[in-house]
Amino acid sequence: MERMLNIALPKGRLGERVYAMFEAAGYPCPEIKENNRRLIFENRELGIRYFWVKPSDVVIYVERGAADIGVAGRDILLEYSPDVYELLDLEVGKCHMAVAAKCGYEDDRSRTLTVATKFTNIAKSYYASLGREIDIIHLNGSIELAPILGLSDVIVDIVETGTTLKENKLEVVERFAEISARLIANKASFKFLGERIDLLRGKLRDVIGTSK
Amino acid sequence: MDFKSVLTREELVALSLRSIYASHGYTQYRMSKFEEYDLYAKNKDFLVSDNIITFTDTDGRLLALKPDVTLSIIKNDRDSEGIKKLYYNENVYRPSRGTRSFRELMQVGLECMGEVGETEIAEVILLAKMSLDAISPDNVLEISHLDIVSGVLSAFNISEEGRGRIYTYLAAKNERGIESVCEEEGLAPENTALVTRLATLYGEPGRVLPELSAFCLNDGIRAAVDSLSRVLTSLEAGGVRGISLDFSLLSDMSYYNGIAIKGFVSGIPTGVLSGGQYDRLMKKMNRKSRAVGFAVYLDEISKLSCLGE
Repeated sequence: MERMLNIALPKGRLGERVYAMFEAAGYPCPEIKENNRRLIFENRELGIRYFWVKPSDVVIYVERGAADIGVAGRDILLEYSPDVYELLDLEVGKCHMAVAAKCGYEDDRSRTLTVATKFTNIAKSYYASLGREIDIIHLNGSIELAPILGLSDVIVDIVETGTTLKENKLEVVERFAEISARLIANKASFKFLGERIDLLRGKLRDVIGTSK
Repeated sequence: MDFKSVLTREELVALSLRSIYASHGYTQYRMSKFEEYDLYAKNKDFLVSDNIITFTDTDGRLLALKPDVTLSIIKNDRDSEGIKKLYYNENVYRPSRGTRSFRELMQVGLECMGEVGETEIAEVILLAKMSLDAISPDNVLEISHLDIVSGVLSAFNISEEGRGRIYTYLAAKNERGIESVCEEEGLAPENTALVTRLATLYGEPGRVLPELSAFCLNDGIRAAVDSLSRVLTSLEAGGVRGISLDFSLLSDMSYYNGIAIKGFVSGIPTGVLSGGQYDRLMKKMNRKSRAVGFAVYLDEISKLSCLGE
């Protein structure tokens, strides 16, 4: 029997949208829509197996080969730089990586800038490219609180509509990277399942084309 | 005595690799566990990791437990006439990916140095393929030619910074990323398409080689394409199968040039074999000769369950 193609999808709203794209591309797995707590879903006829994992863990599953392919946000790819193939921009989950600060904030370049973020590596490389010295405070959530409470000067975070920022009297200083969901593949898996992965990529590309 | 019941899978594979290399005229090169730290400090980018175990010798010299074998071989070996074929089976010391703490890893590999030509390169590729076959029948040996990739980028006058970004995107087969850099560099649409094509150009030599004529923008690239084609044709004539071309395979261009190779075995998520031509590293270390070689990472093999039995 042909080996199952393992697909890691990010749990949550983005994952559901992405699954709908896979379904439209001809890779359905009806069980997945049943409301249950299972983590793995198979469609034996098509030889595919989906599983839901925490969005930031998709890259780990794919890089380590537990999943052959997966869908991860570009923010996660930029942050962890996994050694994987990035095969397709799925053009969903679009947002920006941005610097934000309290309304009216002005940068004082004579001192070290304090940056609060979940994306330590992205923030480091962004400010390194500007030649700006920074101090990083790693937070796991509610990043917006940091400048309000004076914990940091600015934050580096994902901005979609900017509503959360506005409601907390913060504003975007600079948007510096476009983010969207990407189809990624394990490099070794691609050597052995390349044709199947390429076929799937082509079909997903068609789905993206028709939804435009 | 039945060695199979005593030796681990890694040791058994190491033994069979050594006999393959020895049967092709390679002689074993043994070396000390230590090396002057300076050797690695000067060539840090060549190493898989910058982290090196160092200690001070009784006379105050800073030594290192070797993280790599190739550099030691080049350093300790004089330039000589003809061809020198060496293989090694040594332990190296590197941090492991997961725990970030140091591990002792067994590495087997070979180096062919001297007046290296297409015959020697073809033989090294053949030995790489035989090494993979010794690990598992389900394997792929991937080959690229770095001079074709770098030649195309130079022909289009892409800036140093742009090249770096294209290499990163190319290694990830990220077509969109390559396109965006080419557009920033002001390339014409047909040239952008040509550079982007490198990311998706992979497969059996018979299918990929004819496509390469589109990339022959100058004599340098044509020479590289012709050379690659001769090497692969000779291997094919020798009955070697399971070789795949893939131009997204890249190595650090400040050390490597020409043909690059990487081996994969089904069931192991990372490559188990890696190598290629490294004439540039030889030049950096003031050697006149050319060189080609590869290393097999045996630590990953233990992940395979009961193969080859």
